[in-house]
Amino acid sequence: MSDIKRKVVLGLGNLINKDEGVGIHAVYRMRTFLGPIPGVEWVDGGVAGLDLLALVEECSHLLVLDAIDAGLPAGTMVELEKEQIPRFMGIKLSQHQVSFQEVLALASWREKLPSYLHLLGIQPADISLGLDLSPVVKTSLLKMSQYTRNILSRWGIPELVTA
Amino acid sequence: MPTIYLPIVETSPITKQRIVIDPITRIEGHLRLEVTIENGVVSDAWSSSTMFRGIEPILKGRDPRDAWLFAQRLCGVCTTVHAIASVRAVENALGITAPDNARLVRNLVEAAQFVQDHVIHFYHLHALDWVDIVSSLSADPNATSSLAQSISDWPNSSPQYFNDVKGRIQALVDSGQLGLFANGYWGHPAYALPPEGNLLAVAHYLEALDWQREYIKFQVTLGGKNPHPQTYLVGGMALPVDQTSSAAINPLKIAQLRSLASKGLDFVSKVYIPDLLLVASFYKEWANLGGASGNYLSFGDFPNDNSGNPASLWLPQGVVFNKDISIPPQPVDQDLIQEYVTHSWYSYPEGDLSPRHPYQGETIPNYTGPQPPYNYLQVEGKYTWLKAPRYNDQAMEVGPLARMLVAYAAGHTRVKDLVSQVLSKLSVGPEALFSTLGRVAARGIETLVIAERMGGWLDELEANINNGDLAIHNGALWEPTTWPQNAVGYGMTEAPRGALGHWVRIQNGKIENYQMVIPTTWNGSPRDHNGKRGPWEEALIGTPVADPDQPLEILRTIHSFDPCMACAVHVIDARDHKVGNSRQTLYIQHV
Repeated sequence: MSDIKRKVVLGLGNLINKDEGVGIHAVYRMRTFLGPIPGVEWVDGGVAGLDLLALVEECSHLLVLDAIDAGLPAGTMVELEKEQIPRFMGIKLSQHQVSFQEVLALASWREKLPSYLHLLGIQPADISLGLDLSPVVKTSLLKMSQYTRNILSRWGIPELVTA
Repeated sequence: MPTIYLPIVETSPITKQRIVIDPITRIEGHLRLEVTIENGVVSDAWSSSTMFRGIEPILKGRDPRDAWLFAQRLCGVCTTVHAIASVRAVENALGITAPDNARLVRNLVEAAQFVQDHVIHFYHLHALDWVDIVSSLSADPNATSSLAQSISDWPNSSPQYFNDVKGRIQALVDSGQLGLFANGYWGHPAYALPPEGNLLAVAHYLEALDWQREYIKFQVTLGGKNPHPQTYLVGGMALPVDQTSSAAINPLKIAQLRSLASKGLDFVSKVYIPDLLLVASFYKEWANLGGASGNYLSFGDFPNDNSGNPASLWLPQGVVFNKDISIPPQPVDQDLIQEYVTHSWYSYPEGDLSPRHPYQGETIPNYTGPQPPYNYLQVEGKYTWLKAPRYNDQAMEVGPLARMLVAYAAGHTRVKDLVSQVLSKLSVGPEALFSTLGRVAARGIETLVIAERMGGWLDELEANINNGDLAIHNGALWEPTTWPQNAVGYGMTEAPRGALGHWVRIQNGKIENYQMVIPTTWNGSPRDHNGKRGPWEEALIGTPVADPDQPLEILRTIHSFDPCMACAVHVIDARDHKVGNSRQTLYIQHV
């Protein structure tokens, strides 16, 4: 199915661990805020591991939104592109530890990485159990939306290029 | 290379040391083992989950019909099984019977989950414990082709094919990005497969990725899995059945599902099973290692009818005690399930020595462990976020081995038949089942029986549609006004990695208490009030460890259980961009 070329904004993370779910919150909010954009899919990837390989390999354009641990102050947003996004596979005790980085590593080995690959990450403040985002991360969501818009317009999405 | 913390105290000669395996794949570790090794053999072990995972407090006060939506967020691999357990618990509490079509669709989604999950477990987690990727580079493609053709008629078996795969591995190595596989224990003395066996397995590792990409469409079609299932519903499924609608389950969709089920069976019978038998034949000593306490619990699953009677479960429910499969398994009485927190970071109001049934379960955190970073847990006291579930006060192994042993003891014809075939092919006796190798074999046998069974459920679904039975949701008791003021119920299912139960108390239309006992809580349980070890802890005793810096043998046994730890936290770690940097912290201290 490598001929399918999808343009996807993929939220990752867990809604039940507060800031860990920031990527998912972002996807739902932006989908509502920006309305439907032809040719762009908003996907709630949850905490799925290897299940996401098919999706990644079907994309020509992929923007990942996630919580990211960059050792920076909480709420800081980080933008990474293609090779900057860490890819690795570690010794693991459980197949539940198949990380998204590993999915990228596999797609890369299979020479099926999306041509356009971006990651926007926000440093979490609180990833304890709970449904709400911390105030500082909630504030950063706006910035994430603006950057998402920019990236989509760089992809040449007409609605946003003219906006 | 792993970070190795050198001995704090140097003693000589070294006879006893303690090692810690604590993968840090996320911001926090979740599964950690501390093991003492004496004269090259594991003498004791403690299993710990270092991340709190109680979803229960989030569910209190919510509409019970929504519980599954939250429960399925607990884990990215186990979404489906938490959804079904939750829906069943609420149906049980409210006395709701789902229609036959819902039973069949649930069976099919779950069956596809088992087949996919077991294949992925074998190739992408467990195989690398037995298969040395680097060794495959010295394989002869012609000899690999002969080997492949001697064990299966799977078409991808030409010398050219294996030469290409070898080229892909070589390219990865040459690119300096062994990346993907940089952290393996390649060259470890415990690897026993010849290079050709290794190349064959790596080829199928790659093929399994393509296979799963296709096979996942089975679950997407019925579960709307994207990746979380969206079609569950208390009282049935939110999925119309209609011969004339293109959006519904219709004859065309059933034909597509049939084709996917058949591709699943093909891959399992022609690739997975032959590979499993090949690998196992080089590791027969593992038939004597890794057995746990010998008690096995299965809740059973895949109901043959809507009676709710355990006898109607296609994979039987039961308990096997003391490895005795010569008598029928004992029936499961869920009243006998209790959880201890003696060694867990929780407290019970009445004290931590007596257990609680899940209906009375409490999830009150009481962290008494060391503040990170630390070297060792205080294993004499509380040392894990997992509770210690016991059945009739016994630690129980759950998972494919438990299910196959219960099915065997219950006289399940096809399971008995396949168990005998596998034992005879490997020239080992029935005692070999109670081991690490037994667990690996049971998983394969189970995958095959389930893959074979799926066509029958599709036939039943098709027959229902042809007979005009289109019901898939029973909405009679949907409205909370129809519910009693107080209701309690439980939902049992078998997840690929073992028995899963959810318990719910409903009061005035809201969840008053919610508890789940997940498979890994059974298998990864800490000690209980009597100091009795959990299954992993027990299974590791006696395991030889050739090189404590590379505890491959320990991983073999733990992986054979297919652990499910909280996947709750998936933060991308950007602090270290070095490809191939180890994600494992390995402490070694001589004690």
